Amino acid sequence: MSNTSHVAELHDNIVAHDLTKSFGAVRAVRGLDLSLQRGSTVALLGPNGAGKTTTIDMLIGLTKPDAGTVSLFGRTPTEAVKAGMIGAMTQTGQLIDYLSVREVVTMMASIYPAPLDVEEALRISGANEFADRQTRKLSGGETQRVRFALALVADAELLVLDEPTVALDVEGRRDFWSAMRAFAARGKTVVFATHYLEEADAYADRIVLMSRGRIVADGAPTEIKATVGGRIIRATLPDVELLALHALPGVTMVDRKGDAITLNCSNSDATLRELLRTYPSVRDIEVRGAGLEEAFLELTVDDEAP
Amino acid sequence: MTELTYLRYEVLRTWRNRRFLLFSLVFPLILFLAIAGPNKHVTFDHVPFPLYYMTGMIAWGTMVAVISSGARIAAERNAGWTRQLRITPLPTWSYFSAKIVCGYMMALLSMAVLFAAGTSEGVRLDTVQWFVMIGLLLVGLVPFAVMGIMFGHLLKVDSLGPAIGGVTSLFALLGGSYGPLIRGGFLLSIVKFLPSYWLVQASKTSLRGGAWPLEAWLVIVVWTLVLSFLAVRVYERDTKRV
Repeated sequence: MSNTSHVAELHDNIVAHDLTKSFGAVRAVRGLDLSLQRGSTVALLGPNGAGKTTTIDMLIGLTKPDAGTVSLFGRTPTEAVKAGMIGAMTQTGQLIDYLSVREVVTMMASIYPAPLDVEEALRISGANEFADRQTRKLSGGETQRVRFALALVADAELLVLDEPTVALDVEGRRDFWSAMRAFAARGKTVVFATHYLEEADAYADRIVLMSRGRIVADGAPTEIKATVGGRIIRATLPDVELLALHALPGVTMVDRKGDAITLNCSNSDATLRELLRTYPSVRDIEVRGAGLEEAFLELTVDDEAP
Repeated sequence: MTELTYLRYEVLRTWRNRRFLLFSLVFPLILFLAIAGPNKHVTFDHVPFPLYYMTGMIAWGTMVAVISSGARIAAERNAGWTRQLRITPLPTWSYFSAKIVCGYMMALLSMAVLFAAGTSEGVRLDTVQWFVMIGLLLVGLVPFAVMGIMFGHLLKVDSLGPAIGGVTSLFALLGGSYGPLIRGGFLLSIVKFLPSYWLVQASKTSLRGGAWPLEAWLVIVVWTLVLSFLAVRVYERDTKRV
């Protein structure tokens, strides 16, 4: 019985097991385990160099892992690609020339077994506004929209977007994400990489937080925000139990180096009041917003055993 | 069906690239008219000069056509387009064959234009001779088509122009496109190892109504095999790097 359900799960999910990839001395991805439900929208969130792109490239078969396996709805990445189950917008890339926008999207559609209607893909991506223009005469933002249309037109089971909004302005970003949502609403699985917490928070059902090639947090956006989106209190406080600090209200994570303590807080006001009341001897108090980068550093500080 | 749609757009792109037309078509035509015209009645290497020179220019122009078509892969690699295609169901072979078809299409166009120019300069062949010549040219271009795909994975976009210009000129020169540079002796037996020599010889061969000698077929086959092997190697190296 459990075997049957396991197989069913494999066919419904995207499963990565123990994925590992190094480029020379750089360990880009270190033993990553991940299971993504069909139909969900998942953000891979992390700073530059976290291994997001490498992970995505291994998921879609562009990069061969040093170790580990990937199953896309029960298939290998190569099989899934051949079956036309993947539509992707990689991080960089330009369009081929001597074609109009509509022509290049039509050309791409012809490769897939069951493509989306070309006009539909142009409309969702917003590229319909300049569909007759030559690809050479597009701005950066327009090129991104066409690249999005190329990923959409596959009408693939899995849509992969690697930092798709990098070249877009604020308005362009908003349009992009609402288009992505419209596509995801068709029951498709979407995986996107970003280094903006706000984007991941606003558009994903689930956030996988990566740092230095590992998953450091994984959960619903609210959970992730509680972990990394709060404030950090640093102070000097000798002779205190980590557990006692953890018991303070609003504390999500605690660290201590000598007498210096660091508290990651979801509610720093409450934490600070209680900290001052309970430990009058606390001094050198410093409170600041936990930027994503700092939060990543905090989260991964224990991983840095050589 | 899907392959045809894809191919149609590749052909359209090739046709719209005017630089391509210039080098594979206009230059050989100008050279032909400038040199064959004043030498209409000369016989050269046992062949009427306009026929010899027409075939020479065709060899040069069509070489440029098929090599450039494959070599354009370099630009598409550079743009990240080939990477994009690798996450689509398009088989690698279809991608390459579209490039080869486009190259041959341009080659046929180049031939048609030079045939017309040749006829206007007094070239006369019967139907069989025309077909033999076209057939030999198409076969003789195979190694160059493969060479183009190899260049597409070997070269950077910046070095494409000089590389194609240099290589095709060298092959054309040694093969006798601009006139038989080497007419006998030891060097001739070396030059006979070049596929471009046999491209140029297609005129002479067709006049006799026969096909190439065995050594020509061997040269074409060996060059094709060796270049294919190298093309596969550079392709694998290129796609593994990512």
